[in-house]
Amino acid sequence: MSSELEPLADPGLPEHIHRKADTDPIAAKRAERQVAVLFSLSAFGTVLFLFSFFFVDEDQFIFVPIMGSTNAHQLGIGIGMAMSLLFIGFGAVHWAKTLMPDQEVIAYRHEMRSEDSDRQDFVKAAKAGAETAGLGRRPLIKRSLAAAAGLAGLPAIILLRDLGPLPGNSLNETNWKTGTRLVTDPGDRPIKASDLEVGGVAQVMPALAAGKKRTLEDIAKDAVLLIRLRPAEFQLDAERLSWTHEGIIAFSKICSHMGCAVALYEQTTKHLLCPCHQSTFDVTRAAKVIFGPAARPLPQLAITVDSEGYLVAKQPFTEAVGPSFWERKS
Amino acid sequence: MSAREKVAANVANYVDERTGAASWMKKNLQKVFPDHWSFMLGEIALYSFLILLLSGTFLTFWFDPSMRHVVYEGSYQPLKDVEMSAAYASTLHISFDVRGGLLMRQIHHWAALIFMAAIVVHLLRVFFTGAFRKPREFNWILGIALLTLGIVEGFLGYSLPDDLLSGTGIRIAHAIIQSIPVVGTYLSFFAFGGAFPGEVFIPRIYIVHVLLLPGIFLALITVHLMLVWYQKHTQYPGPGRTEKNVVGYPLMPVYMAKAGGFFFIVFGITALLGAVASINPIWLYGPYTPGQISAGSQPDWYMGWLDGLVRMAPPIETYLFGYTVSWNILIPGLIIPGIIFTGMALYPFIESWMTGDKKEHHLLDRPRNVPNRTALGVMSLTFMLVALINGGNDIIATHFDLTINQIMWFSRIGIIVLPPLAFVITKRICLSLQRADRELVLHGKETGRLVMLPHGEFIEVHEELSAEKKYTLTQHQQPAAIALVKEDARGVLNPKGIRAKLQARFSAANAENIAKPTPDELKQLEGGHH
Ligand code: HEM
Ligand code: FES
Repeated sequence: MSSELEPLADPGLPEHIHRKADTDPIAAKRAERQVAVLFSLSAFGTVLFLFSFFFVDEDQFIFVPIMGSTNAHQLGIGIGMAMSLLFIGFGAVHWAKTLMPDQEVIAYRHEMRSEDSDRQDFVKAAKAGAETAGLGRRPLIKRSLAAAAGLAGLPAIILLRDLGPLPGNSLNETNWKTGTRLVTDPGDRPIKASDLEVGGVAQVMPALAAGKKRTLEDIAKDAVLLIRLRPAEFQLDAERLSWTHEGIIAFSKICSHMGCAVALYEQTTKHLLCPCHQSTFDVTRAAKVIFGPAARPLPQLAITVDSEGYLVAKQPFTEAVGPSFWERKS
Repeated sequence: MSAREKVAANVANYVDERTGAASWMKKNLQKVFPDHWSFMLGEIALYSFLILLLSGTFLTFWFDPSMRHVVYEGSYQPLKDVEMSAAYASTLHISFDVRGGLLMRQIHHWAALIFMAAIVVHLLRVFFTGAFRKPREFNWILGIALLTLGIVEGFLGYSLPDDLLSGTGIRIAHAIIQSIPVVGTYLSFFAFGGAFPGEVFIPRIYIVHVLLLPGIFLALITVHLMLVWYQKHTQYPGPGRTEKNVVGYPLMPVYMAKAGGFFFIVFGITALLGAVASINPIWLYGPYTPGQISAGSQPDWYMGWLDGLVRMAPPIETYLFGYTVSWNILIPGLIIPGIIFTGMALYPFIESWMTGDKKEHHLLDRPRNVPNRTALGVMSLTFMLVALINGGNDIIATHFDLTINQIMWFSRIGIIVLPPLAFVITKRICLSLQRADRELVLHGKETGRLVMLPHGEFIEVHEELSAEKKYTLTQHQQPAAIALVKEDARGVLNPKGIRAKLQARFSAANAENIAKPTPDELKQLEGGHH
């Protein structure tokens, strides 16, 4: 597809220029010494490594410019190892560059494709092979083999079935039940509304049945943030307002985007920010998304107080917490 | 024969009588390799992989890939008596209580970063010089596979220590799996053995990280190198270098010494980084728990673009017929990466179709001489760069006193506007470089020396280029556009219709070049004066 312009004449490989060490024995001797010095520096590095490994105390800190206070043991074995490797490399490359032949040589390529006669022979052989096996003439064998081979792959997949349980309804459930007490995390102490000042934030978990231990799977679904505002600051509908208690509002701490912990609360703007992809939720408007990739507000947990005045869940979460999934009811 | 020679001869004889290796070795010890700094990029990737094998094996002797809960009793005081997974505790143990353990961890992590960087830069070299063209398409695809698996391998690797930072990464991977329509929830339950985080994920990815993927890497790299060997290396154009030869140094001794030495240099530099540059100080992050997070969490750089795409995605989710689809996760997390990697893998075939070029190529292109490809490459890079920048938007915001909002909108608009702009600008630059080459060949180099002609006019002396240089600047072929055949001589419509039209369009764009000087033009100029 190229235009048929005649190219300029190829002048051929430029003439080889000799290096100093090729013709001058003194220069060659000097290069040889340089290579030997480089290799010796490598040996010195190994000695430094051994010395640091065995004789420098692991708690010994020294001051190094730029790096500051540095562990001498770590630094010694690291630098020693680096030197022992680097100078072998430098020596070998210097040797190749100064003393080994630097005359470029030419080798010839052949086209990748096989000779036509080879190709024909191949086709003939393949056909003859198929012919003797009778693949073409016996479609029944061909088809049943294909089906059997396909089916034989099935056990390999079936065997993986027990990698995990089926999800069932588990993604829609948390440990928050009607009347579950909110307890501090860490500490597991039940809390009262008066424990949280206006402007304050607390992470809480559902109280556990006696003897039960909280697992990471529990935390991944149950973590809840309490935030206390002045009740007048809310811009909520009547239902959502009734889910708050004396200005305390509770949200799932698990980001509705991809499940990170929504950990940053800005008091002045009353925004919750997820550090993973900066989704920002407005606390006053039921965690409405005001910035970032999250598509849904953080689920709100309805709270109230029990007869002893401790904060409890009024009802379970009304929607699944955490990131979306195919079966999620929105 | 000296005694030593006799021993060597005996050994050689013994082996050859059993393998016939001599005839193969004789040929291959003299195998010719062209020399160029850019041919070392693939080598760096190979050597970093070897370093990863060595340092990783060292780490396996102490690392305990278990999510069992333990109470930390090691020598790092701030975390004493803290409950954590055995994986995290053993990583602390490697870092603080195994001599050289921290060094090896840091070497392993630095080698991973260098490995990925070398693969990417190597890939760019192959792309911009057209080294992927026939007959090397298979090797291009193998390279894309290695790049993709490298990203996965690196991600799994830094997820192993189970610290707060990497656990957050796993949480995000979990959400991506879960977002897959229809099967996502099931896949995530299978992968994690139940609900997130479960107790089996780290042991599972461990075996993938240390056995399965390294095995696949070894196999793919072997085939990759065998193909390079068998097809012989490409070379840059120049006097004496043709499509039919390879000019370079023989394997034994020059190339062996240089490549062998270079392995030690790469290893040495990695060790030096491991010695002086702290990386992934997991003890500062604390153990993973889903209820906490470390601010400013950043993945390794080769994942950063993905994170950037996720961050800039618009908040779209649909709920139809009772099912939820998270486009805000699917598009940046799976669909765009899928398109990017498939597109890259298929590029050699796409280009060959667009240009109609079905010939073998062993001489590399100078990027300016293929403006369309070069522009396409810069365009794709621009896309990735904007994504990468947005992946660090929180860091950039604090460093440059911007709001995240500003960076987000810059990225959302930039990722659409900047790549095409980059295409147009790059193409122009290529064409003006071609023009400059043409000037050089026809009129020589400007010397800055002025001389006065007899009649008082001043002219600048131009120095003629050497024949070698002239040849190098003009040896390339300039493609002609494929003529569009609407109908043949008998008036039958071209059955390829729209495809033929598209191909004609592309090949016309491809053929936009500054005509290179012809020998005739040169002769005419030499006849005159200047
Ligand atoms: C392409 C190859 C590989 C890449 C890109 C890679 C990458 C990584 C990375 C980034 C880490 C985290 C290190 C840290 O900061 O703690 C890691 C951890 C680890 N890798 Fe690899 N790795 C590779 C191959 C291997 C191989 C071949 C082995 C073993 C035979 C291995 C064994 C380990 C172990 C045991 C850990 C966990 C220990 C620790 O984090 O301290 N890796 N890998
Ligand atoms: S996980 Fe919270 S913004 Fe992505």
